[in-house]
Amino acid sequence: MKQILYAVSLLDCPSLKAISKIGGLHQMLGLHGYSFAAVPRDSLLCLPNCDGTNKIGASFETPCGRMLIKSAEYMKMISSLKPNIWASLADEVPAWTSEKRNRTSVDRTVQWLDDCIALDPADGGAVFGAIVGGSSVGERSRCAQEVSRRNVSGYWIGGFGLGESMDERPALLNAVTDVLPEEKPRQICGIGLPEEVLQGVAAGIDLFDSTYIYHLTLGGFALTFQMDRSKEHVPSYQLSKIGSDNAKINLRATIYRKDTSPIVDGCSCYTCQNHTRAYINHLLNVHEMLAQILLEIHNTHHYLGFFRLIREAIKEGKFELFCQKFIQTRRGHLVEAAVCA
Amino acid sequence: MPVGTQGTIKGLTTNQLEEIGCQIVLGNTYHLALRPTSELIDELGGLHKFMNWPRALLTDSGGFQMVSLLHLADITEEGVTFQSPVDGKPMLLTPEESIQIQNRIGADIIMALDDVVKTTITGPRIEEAMYRTLRWIDRCIAAHKRPSEQNLFGIVQGGLDPVLRDKCVRGLVHRNLPGYAIGGLAGGEDKDSFWRVVAQCTAALPEDKPRYVMGVGYPLDIVVCSALGADMYDCVYPTRTARFGTALIPEGVLKLKHTAMADDVRPIDPTCNCMVCKNYTRAYIHCLVTKDAMGSQLLSYHNLYYMMKLGRDLHTSIIQGCFPEFVCGFLQKMFPKGDVPEWVCNAMEVAGIDISSCCAPFSSS
Repeated sequence: MKQILYAVSLLDCPSLKAISKIGGLHQMLGLHGYSFAAVPRDSLLCLPNCDGTNKIGASFETPCGRMLIKSAEYMKMISSLKPNIWASLADEVPAWTSEKRNRTSVDRTVQWLDDCIALDPADGGAVFGAIVGGSSVGERSRCAQEVSRRNVSGYWIGGFGLGESMDERPALLNAVTDVLPEEKPRQICGIGLPEEVLQGVAAGIDLFDSTYIYHLTLGGFALTFQMDRSKEHVPSYQLSKIGSDNAKINLRATIYRKDTSPIVDGCSCYTCQNHTRAYINHLLNVHEMLAQILLEIHNTHHYLGFFRLIREAIKEGKFELFCQKFIQTRRGHLVEAAVCA
Repeated sequence: MPVGTQGTIKGLTTNQLEEIGCQIVLGNTYHLALRPTSELIDELGGLHKFMNWPRALLTDSGGFQMVSLLHLADITEEGVTFQSPVDGKPMLLTPEESIQIQNRIGADIIMALDDVVKTTITGPRIEEAMYRTLRWIDRCIAAHKRPSEQNLFGIVQGGLDPVLRDKCVRGLVHRNLPGYAIGGLAGGEDKDSFWRVVAQCTAALPEDKPRYVMGVGYPLDIVVCSALGADMYDCVYPTRTARFGTALIPEGVLKLKHTAMADDVRPIDPTCNCMVCKNYTRAYIHCLVTKDAMGSQLLSYHNLYYMMKLGRDLHTSIIQGCFPEFVCGFLQKMFPKGDVPEWVCNAMEVAGIDISSCCAPFSSS
């Protein structure tokens, strides 16, 4: 199943009327073979603003200014978009929020879940209940318990990627997933780095959305971390001198000017099958749009390949080993660089 | 020929270009010589390999930049000096240097360096430029190291003066080149002068060699020039106008940024079979063009598809012997009220194409 995430654009363009006329997301984007999940937060354009959120609705910072969205409005958008899956409206708070505010966010989020379910159109897609709770293990657990009592098809875990450290995350994630029924999917927002993904998978998360690829591409980076589980990793410490590491290369660097190899040897994506590092270096240098297009194709392909490897490892019962090996290789270049310094 | 100035058509992959039926793409010598340099392109196997374009390429001489960057340029018999806008260093472009750069880039068709002046200029400068162009073509021919792999086209200059144009055509034809371009137009001259120069040149150029009108252009101009006997065209118009949110349609243009587009769920052109018209609505593209580079990419795709189809249709109608009918159909869609511009009517008359069925009778004034 191919899935795409669509962050419910709280911007007026296209209007709900137009989207309805067109027939929903699948028609509008011309992507009929895909599943769509609609969520309230877009980590690029539509960030939750916990100061503005109140009992009336959730506040978001958008390019059009601050917007307050009520459950009723949110559900109108959902019924226009007709996604396969949608997450209920959530009050996401960052890690440093006060205890009281955090507690309120959980109460609100659960209330809004009930509101959304009540307004759910008969032919609506599957609802994923939103779970928040900031960086309090207790609140996370409480929220998860409340949401699991509702009639939902899965869970959307919000409030991460908003300032908590990687170290405190496993405890928070487990507080949530320990309580949730095993057979229902769990989706998380804001977790993107490969190591973070592994953390999430270890805690029982199934679906991830993040801006990781987007930011990589913007910076001119291409993912190169090893994908072939059978090959022994060969370290290359010279890379760290030019802002690259074993995970990615920066194609703006001048060493790629004449590099006629593909980004990753053996990669089957369109970019690696058709173009060289030298060409992309040139495109980046002359500010041509095609650079981002080619990088995005490769990075997406590579990243999705990473997820495929995770699924394989889980199937073979070797996930822990996979994690260890992966992290070892990623950190390896830091050890080498330190040795050379 | 879509213009891929810096080794890429803005935002489209080579795969997409093949999809829409593009046979040949134009690269700009001036820009490529600056970045990534012709030496690097040569070292990496030529421009075809560098951008992975399996079909044809044409490079211009770098000369047009003379006109567009004139305030920085100094033209002498030796060549053209101008200041590099990248780092301020002086660049000298001689006919020899232009050909050498183009030899390194490796395009299938290369253009001679010509002394091009704006058609809006009058006086002895035009005559000087025309004669110099003829002297430079000899230097280009002498400097050309790969005549069996790359076709060197000469460029007819002479401003709007029929005597000068005639001299230039004769001079170039005498050199027996693989193809000929009509240059110095598409620079702001009035349409009436424009078509007359094209007509004069195409009448005098050999029938069995391609005629390339440089810098043209709008669909209407291409139809008229084709009627007058031209074969090849290049213009940034389809891709540039796409970046401003404008789509090319049989009726003319469609401005996707208009608020009326926001609720319009039809495709750009219901009669178009391109990927964009088959998958996306005006409303969706309206949103994109006002916010995202993706919008201009989709419009570029559609606009180029439109231009490629126009070229194919013109070609097919000639082979099938129904060219005048095709022209009439084209004009009827673009000028449903019959208000075909007078210059078009005059040009068609000279070309021997009867378009009376699509022209409303002129009121006597």
